Amino acid sequence: MSGNDEKMRIERATRTFSAGSVVAFQDLDLCVPANQTLCIVGPSGCGKTTLLRCMAGLLTPTAGRILLDGRVVTAPSPAVAMVFQHFGLFPWKTVHENACYGLKLKGIPRSEWKARIAPYIELVGLTGFEHMYPYQLSGGMQQRTGLVRALALHPEVLLMDEPFGALDAQTRELLQEELLRILERERKTMVFITHSIDEAIVLGDHIAVISARPGRVQEIIDVGLPSSRTADDVRLSPRYTELRQHIWGGLRQQAVAAA
Amino acid sequence: MSATAATGLDAGRQAAEAQRRKEQIRMWSARLISLAVLLIVWQIFGSRVNKAVFAPPSRVIEAGLAMAQSGELWSYLRGSLLTLIYGLALSIAIGLPTGILMARSKLAGYALEWYVAAFNSTPMVALVPLITLVFGFDVTAKVIVVIISAVFAIIINTEQGVRNVDQRLLEVARSFRTTERALWGDVIVPSALPYIAAGMRLAVGRALVGMVVAEFFTAVSGVGYLIVRYSNSFEPDHMLVPIVVVMALGIALTAVTGGIERRIAPWNKHEE
Repeated sequence: MSGNDEKMRIERATRTFSAGSVVAFQDLDLCVPANQTLCIVGPSGCGKTTLLRCMAGLLTPTAGRILLDGRVVTAPSPAVAMVFQHFGLFPWKTVHENACYGLKLKGIPRSEWKARIAPYIELVGLTGFEHMYPYQLSGGMQQRTGLVRALALHPEVLLMDEPFGALDAQTRELLQEELLRILERERKTMVFITHSIDEAIVLGDHIAVISARPGRVQEIIDVGLPSSRTADDVRLSPRYTELRQHIWGGLRQQAVAAA
Repeated sequence: MSATAATGLDAGRQAAEAQRRKEQIRMWSARLISLAVLLIVWQIFGSRVNKAVFAPPSRVIEAGLAMAQSGELWSYLRGSLLTLIYGLALSIAIGLPTGILMARSKLAGYALEWYVAAFNSTPMVALVPLITLVFGFDVTAKVIVVIISAVFAIIINTEQGVRNVDQRLLEVARSFRTTERALWGDVIVPSALPYIAAGMRLAVGRALVGMVVAEFFTAVSGVGYLIVRYSNSFEPDHMLVPIVVVMALGIALTAVTGGIERRIAPWNKHEE
């Protein structure tokens, strides 16, 4: 994680709510290396989602600052696309319209939309579902749509807010594999919030472990597995077991304290 | 999707179609049977009452056919329908922007909420004499009565719909760098549409009431006047004709707005 290839940097950032009575995270420092995946894990309520919203420019930190390419983030950037835990699809738009939403806002001519989303639609297996409404789809298919919507913008940074958290275990693993395949084809800087240690190891090049509220970076771990990988490679490697035990050991006490 | 899955889908679609047809049959049997029961009871009791004060359906139908043939019914109904259409169109034209404004601008909300609450809870019969004093007995006065009957249902529902926009979707739109204008088309209006449609359905019912009440008080036109005239001349069979017509109009207009509601918001079906 050397300085010159970092994409985003969080400097002593603090975010409070309700006039300071709730501290989401405090004096948090973190750097996001370019073209790699940083997974952020932590107990529920450690402010990870708030942190991601600040990185997206949807919220501003109460103190400290967040930099993207060396510039302070004050509003959502065109270089960034976000995927939401609640999918965030518009119920009145079809899969196609939802997937093209970002392109439409960006002013890309309508005639180019289809070609732009087609490779991603195919990659995640949404072909044939383009004219359906979200309520007609399973959760997995809905989140695939959310993923295509973000990827279609060719963002430099993907911000993932527990994107697979609302899915069942099998669907979640399928989507992890699809995401790895996508990143294989086009490397991106990705910040991935999750509360699943397994998911963090499978997807991450680095894992930041955040402590319970007020959130602080407790530890940054280099996963040390090749970036081009499959989920099975990871889960069968001895490093996986080692990391899992190590991270769980650290989180356990906090989880016990929080529960 | 594999071949077996596709056949499964087809079978599912056929089953759903059969289910739908069965439901249609049940729906229409229930409607027609209840109507038949109503008519039979009305016929039995209506025949026992003095002819000068009440009439059974057989006589109402007879009177209705006579009034339709002479052109009397249509000539009065035409005026009423025009009042209704003008009134409803203006209610929508006034109600939609007002509701949206009240939801999006705090200041407009503060400035207008008292009056909306006041007019919405005042029986508009209380205002009709005043309106006829100011605007006379012509179409204008009647259209105004229809508007004050219907517009508040539209304002209140539109405001509610715009206010109830899913905050998470607003955030999604913001993360994709939406402009305020695009936000309206992509998020706010579609999300408020089901509420607006429900407001329209309420407004149609209230507009009908307003229309008849206005005609009671005002000019010698419209189905409301027809009701008063035949009541004064002790011809209940003729009097009941316009009443039944207004009722049928209420059913038809509610069905039409319901249909529009389903068409403009197909995604809303599954939530019913």
